[in-house]
Amino acid sequence: MASIPLDAAELAISAPLRPRGGRRWRGLVLPLAAVALWWLASRLGWVNSALLVSPIQVLDTGRELVGNGRLWLALRASLARELTGFGIGTAAGLVLGALLGLWPRFNRLAGPSFNTFKQISLFAWIPLISVWFGLGDVAKVVFLSLAALVPVVVNTCDGIRSTPPALLEVARVYGYTRWQTATEVVLPAAIPAIFTGVYLALIYSWLATIGAEYLLVSGRGVGNLLIEGSEHFQMDLVLFGMAVIGTVGWLMNACARLLERRLARRFGRP
Amino acid sequence: MTETTVANELDLRGVGKRYASTQAGGGTLQVLQDIDLHVPSGQFISIVGASGCGKSTLLRLILGLDAQYEGRILLDGAPITGTGRERGIVFQDHRLFPWLTVAQNIAVGLRNAPFTEARKRELVAEHVALVGLEGFEQAFPHQISGGMAQRVAIARGLVNRPRVLLLDEPFGALDALTRSRLQGELQRIWQKERITMLLVTHDVEEAVFLGDQVVVMQPHPGRIRRTVAVDLPHPRNRSDPAFIRLRDDVLSDFLDPAERGPSEVLPAVPAPAIFPAPGRPLQLAW
Repeated sequence: MASIPLDAAELAISAPLRPRGGRRWRGLVLPLAAVALWWLASRLGWVNSALLVSPIQVLDTGRELVGNGRLWLALRASLARELTGFGIGTAAGLVLGALLGLWPRFNRLAGPSFNTFKQISLFAWIPLISVWFGLGDVAKVVFLSLAALVPVVVNTCDGIRSTPPALLEVARVYGYTRWQTATEVVLPAAIPAIFTGVYLALIYSWLATIGAEYLLVSGRGVGNLLIEGSEHFQMDLVLFGMAVIGTVGWLMNACARLLERRLARRFGRP
Repeated sequence: MTETTVANELDLRGVGKRYASTQAGGGTLQVLQDIDLHVPSGQFISIVGASGCGKSTLLRLILGLDAQYEGRILLDGAPITGTGRERGIVFQDHRLFPWLTVAQNIAVGLRNAPFTEARKRELVAEHVALVGLEGFEQAFPHQISGGMAQRVAIARGLVNRPRVLLLDEPFGALDALTRSRLQGELQRIWQKERITMLLVTHDVEEAVFLGDQVVVMQPHPGRIRRTVAVDLPHPRNRSDPAFIRLRDDVLSDFLDPAERGPSEVLPAVPAPAIFPAPGRPLQLAW
């Protein structure tokens, strides 16, 4: 069997795109400058020190919270809630999104209702949830599930419905059954969009966690640290809590982006 | 003897296709009209025409993706119904599944074929070798070039041993060098496998280089202008004067269609300025 030499042009296997090392640090310039300015402002007494404590004091408070274990307790409680709500909301969202995307009749029946439902601001659910489920963990998890549900449903459904018609034709040519088409063509083609939905759900549910802890006040959590700080006028506690929330969100984002890039290449969106 | 010549024959009788259109008179647009085409077993037929002459629509009808047409399409004397494994296709855009490897993409052609898994693996390996992609079985489409992807698509089209392989401008998206190499490849594969092939293209040189017959189509509505027999031995040589004469003959159909009837005898050497440099295919659609 004759085989033909392939020349260099045909062997062009593309290299992964990655930003050059030096550029990645440019993003740190602005925050570092802000902290320096902040430090100067509190050091030179430009503003009332009760309203804007010095960065050193925030750092000390942080060290204390880490040392006595309060931070871990709060973080663990918040993350446990976040992940439970995220898990439930995502699972329900995948099922609902898949049904809306794959089953036109169900979409005609339930699509308009869902589109109205998703227009309701998330925080508008708080009064209803607090009356039905109280202020405890159940209410918070329900709230977080709702936060995670919407982006997953929207992206799963859109991803399924935007399967390239060219690929669906290939399935028709080779006599794929409806089941084979759904599981072997439509779902893999929708994977990048589905992942985007899950990724948004992760971020939204983390933002909603803090909101839930703030609005459904009871128990422990990073949000409760903030409330405590503001009630006792401890700005160092508030600022440290904010830094923790930001860092956790940034970490989630970074992990998800890494995974997304891999999935996108694997499932065909450059 | 008549029995064997009938086998694997593709026959189109009075095939027409209309689309509903708000712009056309009478609310319909006639895309194809009275297409009579006879594709004998084992032959390579090229259909050449400018954009909009309905040649790709014709392939979709033969493939069975569209059942709304007039006339009859017969394979082995029986009308076609829907898509079927006896009719393979290679699209212009390779249409590989990006989440499957080269070998898995070729196996897509065998997804519902009545073979054992071991036989399927064997067939996939044979066809990987046929298109010269040994060593790339585990590569993903994004890791290979356009030319290689189109080889995979050809292997996928051939792997379930169709009786007719339809090729819809298979090299239209490739650069000129890769295109002419793959044309040579396709000729070799056709000579080796002896599968009936029907190629649609807007590249006259490609049509003449590969076809036993070149069917020239003209648009509005899409119909057959004439059929040119290419009696040159394979493999063909693009600089053979007989080849060049035939190519120029077919090309002349596209230069001034308004002034010439389909049956008129054409000059052997037309105006040189319009023709491309030797070896460079002239594209009739831009």
